Amino acid sequence: MLGSFIFVGFLLVVALALACVMIGLSWLLRPKHPSPLKSEIYECGLRPHGESWVQFKAQYYIFALVFLIFDVEAVFLFPWAVVYNWLPFYAVLEGVLFVLLLGAALVYVWRKGALEWM
Amino acid sequence: MDFLSNLIVNIGAWLRSLLIGAGMDEMGAALVVKAIGAVVVASFPLVVVIFLIWAYRKIAARMQGRLGPNSSGTWAGPYGVLQTFADAIKMLTKEDVRPEGVDPVPYNLAPILVVFASVVVWAVIPFGPGRELIGADLSIGIFYILAFSSAALVVFLMAGWSSNNKYATVGAFRAVAQLIGYEIPQLLAILAVVMVAGSLSMQDIVGAQDVVFLVAMPVTALIFLLASFAEVNARPFELLEAESELVCGYFIEYSGMKFGMFYLAEFMNAVAVAAIFSTLFLGGWRGPWVDQAPILGTIWSLVKMGVMIFLWMLVQITLPRLRIDQMLAFNWKFLVPLALVNLCVVGVVNRGITEWFPAGASAWTRAGILLVANLVVALATWGVLAAGERRQERRRVAWEAAQVEELEVGA
Repeated sequence: MLGSFIFVGFLLVVALALACVMIGLSWLLRPKHPSPLKSEIYECGLRPHGESWVQFKAQYYIFALVFLIFDVEAVFLFPWAVVYNWLPFYAVLEGVLFVLLLGAALVYVWRKGALEWM
Repeated sequence: MDFLSNLIVNIGAWLRSLLIGAGMDEMGAALVVKAIGAVVVASFPLVVVIFLIWAYRKIAARMQGRLGPNSSGTWAGPYGVLQTFADAIKMLTKEDVRPEGVDPVPYNLAPILVVFASVVVWAVIPFGPGRELIGADLSIGIFYILAFSSAALVVFLMAGWSSNNKYATVGAFRAVAQLIGYEIPQLLAILAVVMVAGSLSMQDIVGAQDVVFLVAMPVTALIFLLASFAEVNARPFELLEAESELVCGYFIEYSGMKFGMFYLAEFMNAVAVAAIFSTLFLGGWRGPWVDQAPILGTIWSLVKMGVMIFLWMLVQITLPRLRIDQMLAFNWKFLVPLALVNLCVVGVVNRGITEWFPAGASAWTRAGILLVANLVVALATWGVLAAGERRQERRRVAWEAAQVEELEVGA
């Protein structure tokens, strides 16, 4: 078991090194001639108008909230799914009940119109 | 012949004996072999992607009736095989234009992390039977993949937000909306597989597929496939980089090798999804004669991956892009409810089979019953969709009739 995690540790280091080598190689090879005109932000060829870090309509916020419900659900379901073959049958039905309750939450969110794009 | 039939394991054993012969202790030799294995696993997706980009261009050119890499003006090897290498050299020698006003730390960190996240998932992809032909047979295998593939989302947000570009910011927010949304049906489909296999380890999931899960659970496979295509931004769901509206999305301000790394990571993720799908639903390395020659398992898994990659290309090349509201509606109003129902049905039916056959059901019986249950789910879904369409049609007809009536009254 520990051996497997040693391999994962090696792979994490190698993957990071691989990415750094790519960046480093291009850093060695590439020309460097910065100019103010070149380093302008792209905005269809026009002068950029103001900053891009501005407030805008948080349409995605509600989707993120709904996502949170289901992601937490999935976290609870993973351990249940692994041992479910050894659980008594009523425990399986309880798991299904849990999923259906969250299905009801989805129906509620849907009826409230939170899933409509505005 | 004996050496060839189990090539990869034998090379590992030979290396270990070489190191021990050179005066290393058992533990150190094992560690060095593991480190070499990590390098091999990490470079595997890169090598695949080099040929994949070439193949993708050839196939796209053939399908879309345009010029491919072998007719790019300059000579690029027979059939244009060297085109990818030319591209790589070009990317490496391009100037890295750093635009003004970016947030330097996340801006420079994002391309490194995106490559990192798409390489590390290969640790748990099995390429053959036993413990040697998989990087690490973690007991939480599929969960490990999910953890790292959802880390990519943070990287997209980092890249888009730090670029100080409006297109990039919109692209990054779309990435969040799309990727977190499609993660849920993907998770629920994987949960169904985990319940039938009874384990999170990739080798156990492959071992449970006496009948491949694609046959036993076609609806689950379809949910997983659609959600995964959205996760790797294949064309119908390619909203985060939408070339014609957002120019390039979250990586618009990157140039040179940093741009190349995002491009590379996209292809590597596609290969990873092909590998995960073939492990979960196509039986991974399983196939005829694997028990005699384990090297065949590697070949089978590569063939299955190839088929899935071709499917990905086919979808990517032929389908037009969705609108953002269609994309979100397809996820939240279709895939998520379907995945929830599918999870309940598969859970109860699979457990029911275990209860009804105390002596243990044969693999084909179990697969057959699961298949019937899945087909019932599919039929019910089709029925609900058709009913919804009829209701909409009735509403439209009624609305038109009301319009005509109003006109007549007005006249």
